[in-house]
Amino acid sequence: MKSLLKPLLAVFLLVLPAAAQAGTVTIKGSDTMVILGQRWAEAFMKKNPNIKVQVTGGGSGVGLAALQNGTTDIAMSSREMKKAEADKLRARYKAPPAQRSVAKDGVTFYVHQSNPVSALTTEQLMKIYVGDITSWKQVGGADAPIVAYSRENSSGTYVFVKDMVLDGEDFAPTIQTLPGTAAVVNAVSKEKNSLGYGGAAYAEGIKELKVKKGNEEIAPSADNIKSGKYPLARDLFFYLRAEPTGDTKAFIDFALSPEGQAIVTQVGYFPVK
Amino acid sequence: MEQGLTRVVAAPRLSAAARRRQLREKAVAGFISLMAFTGIAALILIIVFVAKEALTLFTDADARHEASLAKMFLPQEGRYPFRWQPVSDTPKVSMIPLFVGTLKITLVSMLVAVPMGIFSALFVAEFAPRRLRELLKPIIELLAGIPSVVLGFFALMVLSPVVKDLFHLDRPLNGTLAGLALALAIVPVIFTVSEDALTAVPRSYREASLALGATLWETAWKVVLPAAAPGILAACVLGFGRAIGETMIVLMASGNADIVSWNLGDSARSLSATIAAEMGEVVVGSPHYSLLFFIGVELFIFTFVLNMVASTWTKKVLQRLTGSAS
Repeated sequence: MKSLLKPLLAVFLLVLPAAAQAGTVTIKGSDTMVILGQRWAEAFMKKNPNIKVQVTGGGSGVGLAALQNGTTDIAMSSREMKKAEADKLRARYKAPPAQRSVAKDGVTFYVHQSNPVSALTTEQLMKIYVGDITSWKQVGGADAPIVAYSRENSSGTYVFVKDMVLDGEDFAPTIQTLPGTAAVVNAVSKEKNSLGYGGAAYAEGIKELKVKKGNEEIAPSADNIKSGKYPLARDLFFYLRAEPTGDTKAFIDFALSPEGQAIVTQVGYFPVK
Repeated sequence: MEQGLTRVVAAPRLSAAARRRQLREKAVAGFISLMAFTGIAALILIIVFVAKEALTLFTDADARHEASLAKMFLPQEGRYPFRWQPVSDTPKVSMIPLFVGTLKITLVSMLVAVPMGIFSALFVAEFAPRRLRELLKPIIELLAGIPSVVLGFFALMVLSPVVKDLFHLDRPLNGTLAGLALALAIVPVIFTVSEDALTAVPRSYREASLALGATLWETAWKVVLPAAAPGILAACVLGFGRAIGETMIVLMASGNADIVSWNLGDSARSLSATIAAEMGEVVVGSPHYSLLFFIGVELFIFTFVLNMVASTWTKKVLQRLTGSAS
């Protein structure tokens, strides 16, 4: 027993000061970005074992508020910082807040491959999902009811569509919800009057809808999302109180590195670089 | 009597081997009762935990404002009186669509599974030749071993177009489909328990009935089935409990739209699927989080009340059966 205790004690004595000295980076904010942030943190900590990265969610607003209070180093936000928030930060910390666009998020709408409709405007999509348009005939398709699928409200994509397409309004009660993009894609490929949304997906039997803007029909391709041409895409940001230094800078550099951006693609978002 | 016996055995002239054996007996008995109490303790702890998380809904001012009982159960103003949209600028937390959805799906599944389960049990117990019985029983029981997510996926991919065309429905995912898929999961439960109840009916009942000139069918229907009624009732209650709590099948097959509609061709959102779908990303401690636990409490109360009613009913049936026999 005693012979066991000694090495244990030695390990503790060695580890404890190391743990105390290690730098900690805290990240808080957008629930959409929590998983992305955690993947980055895991990969980053594997490479830099003496820096600890803590990621928590709560929402973009919560993250930005924590940035003001000084309780987080980095705020994750799926929207741009409001001017009032930026002014408060500048007044309190005597420096302009730093903004880094770290990933892009976009949503694709799908229909069954036999559907003659190939493009819809954002307004038409909104009307379908709040329940004002119920037939494909109203948007230039066949005389058949629209079977619209949505994601569960725990999904970041759900919130994205609610914010960007529905303008914050509620989905109509007739909209059916499914767990996961895969389930939506499967359901859409089985039903010829269906409409669904999710991340970029490649599956047989479905067709990606283009988004009509003026006279132009824009496909949800990676290029169009990266260039900002596709209207249903947004930047995902990191906000800091000042230009990053030290461990925080190392983490952000990692997120923007090719390795970090590869994680972005894995998680289902689009890289910025 | 037993106490007296042990006292005799525990006389001072006990060999070392016997004493060791006695000690081992005690240790085993202690271990077994510990296991039994662990089960009970786990159950109680679960109830306490779920209730505690749900209780925040009534103690926290924020939560009380966002999700009062009136908002959960009474019609609200606006375009739709009953909505379940907890993630919204103004959260809408009506439980009515969830109740309707749960009951709709459970009803369909029970309507299909109860006759199917009982009649197949009756066939296997009373009519099937021995070889066929030994083939049928394990196959139906194997059905219980299929993971529910597989059944759900099967419903989504294979059953949905068939059901849609068969009943001429607008939507491929609906209450009927979920109910049918759910029936696949509860038929083996009802079958197994009913079959046990039927085979447990004493042979003398059948012999007496046949000796009085009743046919095989009359014996099965009028003698064996009533005699096994309490067990069959228990089978149905078990099946109902499984149906009301089943999650993955319903989540995949019902469409989960929060509408208040008794139309079986419409989509339905159930209580259990709501918990499963939303618990993953909910902010811990938020009103939405407490609300999901509150749904859990409701589900618990449902099954608890049902079990109570069923057990008193079973007692009544038993009394009537034995009463008329004497």
